[in-house]
Amino acid sequence: MNWDNFIQISIYLIVLLLAAKPLGTFMAHIYEGRPAGLNVWFASFEKWIYRVCGVRAEAGMTWKKYAVCVMLFNVLGLVVVYALQRLQSFLPFNPMAMPSVSPDSSFNTAVSFATNTNWQGYGGESTMSYLTQMLALTVQNFVSAATGMAVLVALIRGFIQKQTRTLGNFWVDLVRSTLYILMPLAIIMSLVLVSQGVVQTFKPSVTAALVQPMKDGAGKTVTQQTIAVGPAASQIAIKQLGTNGGGFFNANSAHPFENPTPLSNFLEMLSLLLIPAALCYTFGFMVRDRRQGWVLLAAMLIIFIPCLWGSVHFEQKGNLLFDKLGIDQRASVFQPGGNMEGKEARFGIANSALWSVATASASNGSVNSMHDSFMPLGGMIAMWLIQLGEVIFGGVGSGLYGLIAFMIVAVFIAGLMIGRTPEYLGKKIEAYEMKMASLVAFIPHVFILIPTALAVLIPAGKVGMLNPGAHGFSEVLYAFSSASGNNGSAFAGLSVNTLFYNTALGLAMFFCRYWLIIPMLAIAGSLSAKKIVPVSSGTLPTHTPLFAFFLAMVVLIVGALAFFPALALGPIVEHLMMSRI
Amino acid sequence: MFKEYIKPALLSFLALTIIAGVIYPFFITVIAQTLLSNQANGSLIYRNGKVVGSSLIGQAFDDPKYLWGRISATSPMYNAAASSGSNIGPSNPALIDEINGRIKALKAVDPDNANPIPVDLVTSSASGLDPHISLAAADYQVPRISKHRGITESVVKEVIQKNTTGRFLGLIGEPVVNVLKVNLDLDAYKK
Repeated sequence: MNWDNFIQISIYLIVLLLAAKPLGTFMAHIYEGRPAGLNVWFASFEKWIYRVCGVRAEAGMTWKKYAVCVMLFNVLGLVVVYALQRLQSFLPFNPMAMPSVSPDSSFNTAVSFATNTNWQGYGGESTMSYLTQMLALTVQNFVSAATGMAVLVALIRGFIQKQTRTLGNFWVDLVRSTLYILMPLAIIMSLVLVSQGVVQTFKPSVTAALVQPMKDGAGKTVTQQTIAVGPAASQIAIKQLGTNGGGFFNANSAHPFENPTPLSNFLEMLSLLLIPAALCYTFGFMVRDRRQGWVLLAAMLIIFIPCLWGSVHFEQKGNLLFDKLGIDQRASVFQPGGNMEGKEARFGIANSALWSVATASASNGSVNSMHDSFMPLGGMIAMWLIQLGEVIFGGVGSGLYGLIAFMIVAVFIAGLMIGRTPEYLGKKIEAYEMKMASLVAFIPHVFILIPTALAVLIPAGKVGMLNPGAHGFSEVLYAFSSASGNNGSAFAGLSVNTLFYNTALGLAMFFCRYWLIIPMLAIAGSLSAKKIVPVSSGTLPTHTPLFAFFLAMVVLIVGALAFFPALALGPIVEHLMMSRI
Repeated sequence: MFKEYIKPALLSFLALTIIAGVIYPFFITVIAQTLLSNQANGSLIYRNGKVVGSSLIGQAFDDPKYLWGRISATSPMYNAAASSGSNIGPSNPALIDEINGRIKALKAVDPDNANPIPVDLVTSSASGLDPHISLAAADYQVPRISKHRGITESVVKEVIQKNTTGRFLGLIGEPVVNVLKVNLDLDAYKK
């Protein structure tokens, strides 16, 4: 890694970690209902919302009731997003007269945005009306993120409560997450992004007269450029903050109107990991042992940093095939060099690789470079981070509750190794919690590997591949990893806007979101009903650096064992073939 | 059932839709249009009252007297209504074909240039709309532009220098040259 790359990445990590404590404390205050500025100023507005909506804010919910409310709210969102797409040609705020979206694509996108995946099977600027972008997609960007945060908070309450049957109120957690955490950050981010050049307008596309008229593929002379604009900044801010990732434009955050400058890129990358990192601190704060929060964050970084180094290394090293053509891909003060295929000049190697590792680990799925054109191992790192279960940062809320499921597995394994009853934060971990945690760890494996195997066997799956050979297989494997991890990034050469992929990926997203939320809430309910065992000499301490390392290894081993064979058929074999030439 | 579950679900969905889907984007739009209208509308460049492009969106150039930008995978090139990268994998023979095509085009108009070609000049951008190239890629083209325009190399370099943006705070991002702005300035230059 060269010096310029090192500096940029270090600044990023330092700013991220510095922000974790203040934001984490603020979020803990919000969820505990302590005064924290915003929730005092808007208290009467919040109460008014509950009154109008018929929510009894003080009434707690059992884990089952909490789960029913999560499902009801999310299915409702799914139906509305589907309907808005199907009807958009009849609705206002459609200046480019976009036709209604096809049923299978609408289904896929509705599931995708409700589950916080934001897989883009469609091209934003060529498919969606402004109304759909705002009323369907922007809204889901907020509430799907808030859903993840609410489930996490319910789980945390499971740890801190003693012999209690209720986990708090879903509607309250949902509204507070949206109103006090996501909304203020999104407003600030949107305005800074506009100042950098991100568009925010309801006007239709602009037509520019080209400086040099060009011949197109068919030999016809093109004299004009149609420049798509729209209310993009408001959506991009929340798509980064809420680990959503669904862009306003097809090229996502590579598009200059979505991410115009190094500063906008830095802030978008920062917001990508900001809340997931800060939630670790929130966790430590709420369980009254901040070291427990730092351990989780440390375990994430133990995996994140080597992956980051690897990705920058392979992309900066570039493509051996280029050297034979007399191309200069060495880094210098005049150019970033490296594998620049599918990357933007203003981001170069460091910011493209950093973004790809951050977006893959955070279950965000936005991109500022095309992962399909990464070097085989650079692309593999992104894919593998998704396959680890989206627990290295992971989605807002969902990443941390996923990592806590792995923590339960880790505590259980450690308990077996030393012959002690496993406990975590004073709660006994028993067969029921282990069963549920295992479901959370293994359900995504099923929905990645089986559909991938199916897709490469049938013509409907194979026809979508753009690249030949092992890379084509990687495209399919990445697609199902991304859908199951609720990530949303892609090896985008794969044509996924087909009946087969829209349906199969839609189902993978759906089950891997809600079939994990329900067992997590079951764990929360079961833990909440238990006593808190006082710390004794027999307690295995989970706040040590050693345990952070142990937790990281559990995540790595589960992920590596499940996916190594599949990765060997895709990126690994491609890498070996390329280095032989 | 209705009062406990359905009513709060429906109404809180509606409330959050109004807050996040209507009030929020309209609020941001009003502020953006009032305070930052140039950026909010696409950082457009006007010449004689007509829009000739956006300083953030690249345009295609293949005339030797212009500075060339990145390869664009959109159809037609630099189609700002349908952004896209090539998505071609690193071992795909199509990648080598694409690069060889660009090398041939560059050599055809500048046969004496024996310098190695900077990688960003022969590869596709991620968006297909990249408005920039690296300093090395701009520098590589200076002799050709100078020859075809009949102006000195130092003038070309000066125009490029004027349209170069450094790293943010000298640290973040990569230094780049804005291709469209260079070409507009070259066209406006009086010998």
